[in-house]
Amino acid sequence: MKYLTGKTATYILLAIGAVTMIIPFYWMIATSLKTAGQAVAMPPAWIPDPFQFGNYLEAFEVTPFGQYLFNSVIVTGLSTFGEAITAILAAFAFARLNFYGKDVIFAVLLATMMVPGELFIIPNFVTLANLEWINTYMALIVPWLASVFSVFIVKQQFQSVSDDYYYAAKVDGCSDFMFLWRILVPMSMSAIITMVVLKAVGSWNAFLWPLLVTNDTSMRTLPVGLQAFTTEAGTRFELLMAASTFVIIPMVIFYLIFQKYIIRGITNTGTKG
Amino acid sequence: MEVQFNDVSMTYDGSSRTVLNDMSFTIEDHSLVSILGPSGCGKSTTLMLISGLLFPSGGKITFNDRDVTRLDAVSRKVGMVFQNYALYPHLSVIDNIAFPLKMAKVSKKERMETAREFADLVQISDHLNKKPNQLSGGQQQRVAIARALAKKPSILLMDEPLSNLDAKLRTVMREEIRRIQQQTGVTTVFVTHDQAEALSISDKVMVLDQGVIQQSSTPMDLYENPQNLFVAKFLGSPSINTFSLDQIADALPERLVAQLKKKDVETIGIRPESLTQTEPGAGLFTGEVTHIEIVGKERTVKVKTADGTEVIIADIPVVFDVGDQVSFGSKPASLFYFDSEGIRMVISDAE
Repeated sequence: MKYLTGKTATYILLAIGAVTMIIPFYWMIATSLKTAGQAVAMPPAWIPDPFQFGNYLEAFEVTPFGQYLFNSVIVTGLSTFGEAITAILAAFAFARLNFYGKDVIFAVLLATMMVPGELFIIPNFVTLANLEWINTYMALIVPWLASVFSVFIVKQQFQSVSDDYYYAAKVDGCSDFMFLWRILVPMSMSAIITMVVLKAVGSWNAFLWPLLVTNDTSMRTLPVGLQAFTTEAGTRFELLMAASTFVIIPMVIFYLIFQKYIIRGITNTGTKG
Repeated sequence: MEVQFNDVSMTYDGSSRTVLNDMSFTIEDHSLVSILGPSGCGKSTTLMLISGLLFPSGGKITFNDRDVTRLDAVSRKVGMVFQNYALYPHLSVIDNIAFPLKMAKVSKKERMETAREFADLVQISDHLNKKPNQLSGGQQQRVAIARALAKKPSILLMDEPLSNLDAKLRTVMREEIRRIQQQTGVTTVFVTHDQAEALSISDKVMVLDQGVIQQSSTPMDLYENPQNLFVAKFLGSPSINTFSLDQIADALPERLVAQLKKKDVETIGIRPESLTQTEPGAGLFTGEVTHIEIVGKERTVKVKTADGTEVIIADIPVVFDVGDQVSFGSKPASLFYFDSEGIRMVISDAE
């Protein structure tokens, strides 16, 4: 009896948690299928009636959504790829090479994580303005090509790999560079994919920076583009939600694909004892 | 490949402790040599120096008279098996074995053929497409050996290869290592802290302590003719009993005692299996039996003498009980004499 009570309580708590997580998503999708009137009706309508699939088409028509999508893919793709490369190279240096001042340099890098990101916005903006990069892909990508947090994640993983792998690779004829790409990176896939997923989601959802450094529709990304549905005349909630649904779908797919790699990475190990 | 060390010394960067001190030895072609010693004696360092993964601070290393002191592991073409095997977890068994060949830019067809051949040799052919984490410890070990041999190495180096296996598998694998070594004829250096491993499979054993070679000889010779107290104590299980000369001088012939004193002999060693029971009071010593252990055919008896020395006796008929006073003696030829420095002194009775 006691066992049953405990179990019931657990399930109730879990159910509350699950519902709390799901409602915003449900509300977004439901609203995206409502008419303009239903979207703001009081009391709220839980089920759209009728289903307005046309909202999706309209959302695409009233804004240059294709361009936004293209920009988002380019910016997220390149900055994630670039950051993965810089993180892997820097992590290798900090984890396995010996050079003068290594610990101090790493401590200084970590210390920059303590500074609120907002503080960098103005200096970065001024720098980019001086470079005349405002309103270009450079402005959207270059400042995000390196992150101390990513270096940290990958470095910790590299350090956990036994020295014997390094010696084994050396004996087998690998240079440091080949050891990194052929052995260390494949062995550290779990950490690298975690880093890539975090980075890609962050980059895909970035709003403030793309808003600041672009002022032309041709350079805007999806999250910034969503603004278009909010005008002086009010917000078209049903279109905004249709567009938002579209924006999160790639991230959901992305996560579902890489989830299995994350788990596989953790269970992979080639040493005994 | 004949490997030679000439006065090789090793001090790690930033450390003042000398790990190896002017070490010289020769490893003969096609032989299996063990480096045996307690932990921290420098045996792994010696192996790393042979491999070219570490470079010595002084001295010269040659492979077949070619100076390789400053050459790296790839130029020396060594094969190495690590204690934890270090198999690449993301590669299948066959890709692990073929990896050194891939790095040497051998064509795919050729390296797959070679990898299969060595997989056959180490009897792992049934698992070619598995990943290392799907293999047992013994199987991982076989893959590690195949990988080390696939590049047809000048020398095969093994760093404590058996220490991660359970006792039964260890015996199997050490015979396997011997078989594979004899089949391929590759010169092999085997590092271990376990005397049973070293003595059972090696042509020659090099006993190391504190960076100095204590003795290098065949397993039998090491046991029968230890050159110093360290080797005598390190080899043999249970280990050798030691007495000071004064303790048992009364039981020895006067002429012998005089000779021993002249040669500065301080310690006398007697192997547990050389001791036999004698008439009460007639042997080298008398003591109280404190412990009798019979495991299968192995008998071990512990005796405590009047002055508190504990002596271990092995392989004798047990015709007494714990608490009895029993005397033990030994043939004079089975006694080992060591001087104050621990150096073995040979005393011929004819003198």
